[in-house]
Amino acid sequence: MAELSVDPYVDLYARRTSGMSASEVRALFSVAARPDVVSFAGGMPYVQALPPDHLQQVAASVLRDRAEVALQYGGGQGARTLRERLAMLMAEEGTPADPEDIVVTTGAQQALDLLGKILIDPGDEIAVEAPAYVGALSAFSAYEPRFLQVELDDRGMVVERLEEALVRGARPKFVYTVPNFHNPAGVTMSRERREHLVALCREARIPIVEDNPYGLLRFEGEPEPTLRSLDPENVVYLGTVSKVFAPGVRVGWAVAEPGLLQRMILAKEAGDLCGSNLTMLITERYLEGDRWRRSLADLVQTYRRRRDAMLAALERYFPAEASWTRPSGGFYVWATVPSYVDTQAMLAAAVERRVAYVPGTAFFPDGRGRDRMRLAYCFPTEERTWEGIRRLGELLADEGELYRSMAR
Amino acid sequence: MSEAVAVLAGGRAPEREVSLRSGHRIAAALRARGFDAFLLDPAERPLVETLSAARVSACYVALHGKEGEDGTVQRVLEQLDVPYTGSGPFSCHVTFDKILAKEALDAAGVATPPWAAVQEAALRDLGAGPILGHIARRVGLPAVVKPSRAGSAMGLSFVEREVDLPAAVMSALSFADSAVIERRVVGTEVAAGMIGSPDEPLPLVEIVPKSGVFDYASRYTAGATEYFAPARLPPEVAAACHEEAARAFRTLGLRDVSRADIMIDAGGRPWIVDVNVSPGMTDTSLLPMAAQAAGIEFPALCERVLRMALARGARH
Repeated sequence: MAELSVDPYVDLYARRTSGMSASEVRALFSVAARPDVVSFAGGMPYVQALPPDHLQQVAASVLRDRAEVALQYGGGQGARTLRERLAMLMAEEGTPADPEDIVVTTGAQQALDLLGKILIDPGDEIAVEAPAYVGALSAFSAYEPRFLQVELDDRGMVVERLEEALVRGARPKFVYTVPNFHNPAGVTMSRERREHLVALCREARIPIVEDNPYGLLRFEGEPEPTLRSLDPENVVYLGTVSKVFAPGVRVGWAVAEPGLLQRMILAKEAGDLCGSNLTMLITERYLEGDRWRRSLADLVQTYRRRRDAMLAALERYFPAEASWTRPSGGFYVWATVPSYVDTQAMLAAAVERRVAYVPGTAFFPDGRGRDRMRLAYCFPTEERTWEGIRRLGELLADEGELYRSMAR
Repeated sequence: MSEAVAVLAGGRAPEREVSLRSGHRIAAALRARGFDAFLLDPAERPLVETLSAARVSACYVALHGKEGEDGTVQRVLEQLDVPYTGSGPFSCHVTFDKILAKEALDAAGVATPPWAAVQEAALRDLGAGPILGHIARRVGLPAVVKPSRAGSAMGLSFVEREVDLPAAVMSALSFADSAVIERRVVGTEVAAGMIGSPDEPLPLVEIVPKSGVFDYASRYTAGATEYFAPARLPPEVAAACHEEAARAFRTLGLRDVSRADIMIDAGGRPWIVDVNVSPGMTDTSLLPMAAQAAGIEFPALCERVLRMALARGARH
């Protein structure tokens, strides 16, 4: 009699890896990657729209003029010149930032990991929206927190719920939020809620982590002030060039007060020494001049048309019992389907019908969200979106019929 | 010159990833054994043209799910006169469809848990929904609800209360056009592997998932499940498992390679809960573990199975 070991390291893994496992949903996404599947699953920026001649120029000029820097190690904080450009991006949204308070990270995703590493001890409570960005949940989960989930509605995080939790004695280490064009919910936090949240957290001495990847992708209406601009001392701001330029360069950043910033830089250096000088220089040069503004404006128009197509198609093809959010920017529509539908179980049938989405359960740490789905409109063309939503609508209608056949 | 062998893996079924993991491992193993083995994913490259151009001596079928396990690819290979590993089209067709397989096993007196099937068409077109109540009483709860044609525990759920049956049936019907509702046997789970002949059993592999349920995550996350081979069973219980598995393999007409999944109840009685025509060959799969416990390393296992196909080819 022998115990077979399929993994000789199995007894060595740290407890924090216990949540890392194979998943049926991920397996289905691998099937959904086929071109005949209309995928609303991934939030992939439409990088095809970037002007190829300009990109070639930018990359060539970096290698021509700065190769000795581009191919070398750099400092953990990222080059000052790039940080100036990133501060400029923040100024576009009216958020002042001192380049000295910025650390450049490998996408904003790395900043989430660094914050987890610096701030979360096992068992610590942290507050997140429900639903919350799945990548943040994964990054934080490795540090074994407990999640205080704060409901979200059409005006963003319901700050009253957070306040009630604080009154009941909750003391989260920090509050994580995506106030603009939320991932996955697509909603934007109202001005009143922003002010309320900032005041509440300042009073309770709980820092806010503001994740703002989509802020510059606004289709209509006036931008709300960033939380950081309302309270620079108590808000850690996370930005990325993934949506205004390209995710492939992996350039994100965090803005924080000096003490926290220093720990983030030290933690980053411990993790990867420094980011890629090559892609940081490409990013810096891309953001010089004004051409990037024109490309971004075109991109925003494209996303707006795609959003319009998705909303119109949902109106036309989704069952009357379904509802969904109406984002004024960003990438995502968050749909609620009849409660007899389990979007996770339905994904296989959806892929069979050549359409994919992300089941709502991914965005809740506690397994809720079975009647929700995230639909990303950023990547498929308008025509494909119409077709994909038609397929999904038909599937939902069939599910309804099937359910009613069994309901008594 | 070494013989060209196509390892068929990937495909468009929900188990695509699992199949690719099996396929890459098999191809590497066969190359290590001196074959000119390459992976062929029918979802990426045209099957017939590629096989013809490569002049393969045989195909190793590592596809999972519908096209790979229900006889579809096997029929294509028969038409091309390309020898392939595993069972023939008819056996695949019957075995992969849990309804047909259960019918066949029942008729042969093989022990499988009490069961019933619900076809989507019966619900949609015959208004047969109310039958679920009858089924719950006849089969008994708790029950396992699974798609009639799928693998890797995809679309499978456990039902304790009758009121949860419709949701479980809907989940199963996401993967197939029928659902099988089977009484849940609680006890020890083992897998019985077959290489070559049902009469030469491999050691049983005992499955102890840490989560308590051998679901997709428990199957394919290394370390999520403990395995014991041979299984920690009294000799007479192990013998009964082997006997039941052999009867199942014979009843379904399986050849070369197969795996039966067995639940042993509290009284020590084995129940066949599933039989696979294309058992997984990943690093966490059961058949390779059973072979290893018998002293057959993975490359030798792959070569042995392949040679069965090559031997059939030689007779043509």
